[in-house]
Amino acid sequence: MEFLTAHGADLLFYLFAALAVGGALGVVTLRSPMYGALSLLVTFLAVAVLFLLRSAEFVGIVQIFVYGGGIMVLFLFVIMLVNLHRLPDLKLFHGQSPFVLALAVALLALFGYFFSHLAFGPAFARPEAFKTVQGAAVGNSQAVAWSLFTQALLPFEIASIFLLVAMIGAVVLGRRQ
Amino acid sequence: MFEVTTTHYLVVSFLLFAIGIFGIAARKNMITVLMSIELVLNSVNLNLIAFSYQHSNLTGQIFAVFTITVAAGEAAVGLGILIAFFRLRESTTLDGATELKG
Repeated sequence: MEFLTAHGADLLFYLFAALAVGGALGVVTLRSPMYGALSLLVTFLAVAVLFLLRSAEFVGIVQIFVYGGGIMVLFLFVIMLVNLHRLPDLKLFHGQSPFVLALAVALLALFGYFFSHLAFGPAFARPEAFKTVQGAAVGNSQAVAWSLFTQALLPFEIASIFLLVAMIGAVVLGRRQ
Repeated sequence: MFEVTTTHYLVVSFLLFAIGIFGIAARKNMITVLMSIELVLNSVNLNLIAFSYQHSNLTGQIFAVFTITVAAGEAAVGLGILIAFFRLRESTTLDGATELKG
């Protein structure tokens, strides 16, 4: 029990990191896009938990809403909309996939080499930095909102224009001619 | 030795990134390719959050919010293109996209 209270967050990390990687493997290996999408959902939710463990509560919840809710429903709708009855006789991977696999492994090896030679030191671990606005203790959402509407106001407005453009683009593309 | 550090997060993030890159380049189905792009964007977010915690700086979280916004727009437009492509070709495999071939 003492072990759990001392290392609970770390154990949660290992559990959900394994879930995230397993879900990602499912996305690229499963034949049916429907199973792939459900596997992707597992990854999204596991990554949301990893965010929560790094005191990013707002981003974690946004991840669940936007990815687990919006984007996932969009994918499922499209999978059901397109007709995939000819799927079983098609090959899963391109001919170049062994080369791509070698490339991905080489990429991982490169990253591993790079980061085994790079020490980050201990984290500053001031979680209150994510929960304060001008010295006052508030919640994480309030701190993020304050930062969004003061430091990042222009990018925020540009993001809203971007979403409008994306929406119009998606409607025009999906329209029947 | 159990303790989770930024490096642990980086390992998970790079695994997701490499798997996503593999999915983008190796799979034939366009829907799976779009899902692999989402994996790559998620791995980037994981990096941003991990370094935000490492430096106790909120800016990483703001960045992650913007990345999620762009990912949502990308998914909407990408799936719109997929629907248009499916109307044209009656399939979602990338091999069908040979209109520009000489």
